[in-house]
Amino acid sequence: MGKDLILELPTDVSTIQHAVEYVMRCCPTCPEDGRRLNLNFRVGLTEALSNAMLYGNAHDPSKRVLVEVALEQGTVRARVTDQGTGFDPTSVPDPTTSENIAKPHGRGLFLMRKLLDEVSYNDQGNQVTLVLRLQSGGALHGGVQA
Amino acid sequence: MGFQVSQNGEVTLVEVEGQLIVGNRQELKQQVLEQLESGDRKFVIDFANTGYIDSSGLGVLVSLSKKIREQGGELRLSTLNEDLRTLFELTKLDTLFRIADTKEQALSGF
Repeated sequence: MGKDLILELPTDVSTIQHAVEYVMRCCPTCPEDGRRLNLNFRVGLTEALSNAMLYGNAHDPSKRVLVEVALEQGTVRARVTDQGTGFDPTSVPDPTTSENIAKPHGRGLFLMRKLLDEVSYNDQGNQVTLVLRLQSGGALHGGVQA
Repeated sequence: MGFQVSQNGEVTLVEVEGQLIVGNRQELKQQVLEQLESGDRKFVIDFANTGYIDSSGLGVLVSLSKKIREQGGELRLSTLNEDLRTLFELTKLDTLFRIADTKEQALSGF
């Protein structure tokens, strides 16, 4: 994956909003992609970061989360890697069933899968790749390595 | 970001300013539970000034709804913008909550 933007975040949920806002500012702003970027990609990336910090790194402040964002052939691709031991993404139940809907947890991965065109994990389960296909094929703005 | 709590007769109105996310969901939970413990039973959480809710925010709403119901009360939501409504529909939480278009409708519906 080409890397137009790289961020390394501490395991601190208060950094998520700022990181996502920064990535969003770098994304193309064509009208036809506006809502998909502003809702779908924003939500997906936020949930991925939250999962990485809360579950992947288990709130451990000594661990980091790596975020790599690239625009390739009209798709926005974000890869989020935590320093945890990984998990089995197939083990997360459907939160919309009658059995699970009243439970407070379990909607992050579900939203990622619903809103993004592709969500895939590495074998270990500590890295997720999110893909959103754009209609406009615009370019990322900026690209500062942080 | 913050939460404005006010009383409208018997109804406790909580207006969410900014976002309801993993970083501030505990604050909302604490504020509502304090009101519940003091005897309030009717709640409206209004999202007119809310730009975003993450899955943790959705989860705390589910948790609060359950606790309020267990005490014989009711929680309603109001003024979800198009994006927020999409999140509720995707997660089917629009079937779990009574959601009004405006806080006035939610308040008057009790």
